[in-house]
Amino acid sequence: MHTALPLALALAVALATGGRLLLWQQSRAHDTGSVFALLLGESRRAFASQVFLKADAYFHRGFYTSVFDLALPEGKTHLAKAAESHDHHNHTQQQHPNRDWIETFGRNFYPSEHRHIERLGEAREILPWLRLAAELDPHRVDTYTVAAYWLRERLNKVNEAEAFLREGLRANPDSYEILGELGRLYAENHRDVPRARAVFDLAIVKWLRQEASKPNPDELAYAQILGQLAALEESTGNLDRALAHFTRLKRVSPAPDTVQKRIDELKAKLGRPL
Amino acid sequence: MNTIWALAKVVVLEMVRRKDFYVLFILTVLLTATAGSVNLFNDRSIVRYLKEICLLLIWASGLVIAITCTARQIPAERESRTIFPLLAKPVTRGQFLLGKFLGCWVATGLAVALFYLFFGLVSASRDHEWPVLNYLQAAWLHWMMLGIVVAFTLLGSIIFAAPSSNGTICFVSAAGILLLSRHLNKVALSLAEPLQSLLYAFYFALPHLELFDARDLVIHGAELIRWDMIALATLYAASYTAFFLFAAWLVFRRRPLN
Repeated sequence: MHTALPLALALAVALATGGRLLLWQQSRAHDTGSVFALLLGESRRAFASQVFLKADAYFHRGFYTSVFDLALPEGKTHLAKAAESHDHHNHTQQQHPNRDWIETFGRNFYPSEHRHIERLGEAREILPWLRLAAELDPHRVDTYTVAAYWLRERLNKVNEAEAFLREGLRANPDSYEILGELGRLYAENHRDVPRARAVFDLAIVKWLRQEASKPNPDELAYAQILGQLAALEESTGNLDRALAHFTRLKRVSPAPDTVQKRIDELKAKLGRPL
Repeated sequence: MNTIWALAKVVVLEMVRRKDFYVLFILTVLLTATAGSVNLFNDRSIVRYLKEICLLLIWASGLVIAITCTARQIPAERESRTIFPLLAKPVTRGQFLLGKFLGCWVATGLAVALFYLFFGLVSASRDHEWPVLNYLQAAWLHWMMLGIVVAFTLLGSIIFAAPSSNGTICFVSAAGILLLSRHLNKVALSLAEPLQSLLYAFYFALPHLELFDARDLVIHGAELIRWDMIALATLYAASYTAFFLFAAWLVFRRRPLN
């Protein structure tokens, strides 16, 4: 066989693969502007997880179980759980008995007690790591929602929370989680009902488009968005809309009996049969 | 003792004259200042990340200073052939080693003190607190740890041919111990015998440098470490330092000098 043939074949494969890769790269969201993207390339996403865990360690005042210890069974950090549902997890669960004298002795020199940040304003200390995690991986959605929660709820920095969520939305335009958090911010902090309603509605549309057809959809996020929207409608006197949202919520809620009680209350207010 | 101290003074003066420390100190200052100038959600009172970065740089610089300063001592004396008149004075080989160790350790201690003073200033500028005793404990433990590293590097400088290879091996070993040795027992327990016993024995034999790393306690404003624990840690460091120095003396006393 002529030696030029394999070379020509290799060149053709290389050109074709290169072209496909170029198209694939161009089709992805543009997040190559940051210094980290320039320096680390795609590997920065692996660092983002570590940095997010660092924020969780700061939430525990330096204490955190290593990869060599047990991971959380739900696969989520305590920080994210706290932002989701004011988590009060078992503080003794993660404490391992000392295995030997070196471990016993070593516990004197690093934070070995499971404690949370307590003082008002201390929560600000986790923010640099969340900011860095977002820089490293702009497509990690929970970085934005968790940071926004702490900024809004604990530090009263509503404008900064909104700006950060909007930054997250630019990087993840289809994220129903970020839209849900943004809607919550408009409803609870800005008291801007029309805008909150529009954002929640958009979040629901995004959720239905992405999750509804999945075998295991993210029902918790959907339930949270529906719950927020229903409460918003109820508080503004739109009881019919609230009733419709609560009815949808009942189907996905982990506590359908509680939702049914709210539905019954609303029906009673509207004078409809139970 | 006078002989040892005279040798140590020469080492300290040599380090003062060299540029290594100044370069590392300026780098630490510049990087900490850059990290401090970042605007994080319009909040100027965030401080712990800055403490973390500053202490990380201090620890890295401390290791570099201790290892590079120690690794070149004996090879430089050999290369310039000043070791012959020194040992003919008469200075015993044991005194020579002890003098070199003391000089490197004191020089490293001076560097650590300056670094922690800078750390205290950075911390106070944002935190408006000055927990001097906590910083002293952290700096003391750091210096004790560097004592083990200096003794270990001194042993390496007799065994390995070039200062560069010795420096690299010591740096990788120290960093590996700092990062992983705390978890070796957990890994050992997940293995089957006889690997489990072998790894556990290795875990107990290693000098646990991470025991001296109180950075997280300082960063998160924890209470003081119990003084009896500090004393025990000092004793632990002294034991390993003595062991490595003794091993270095054993190797060095019969080694031909040229």
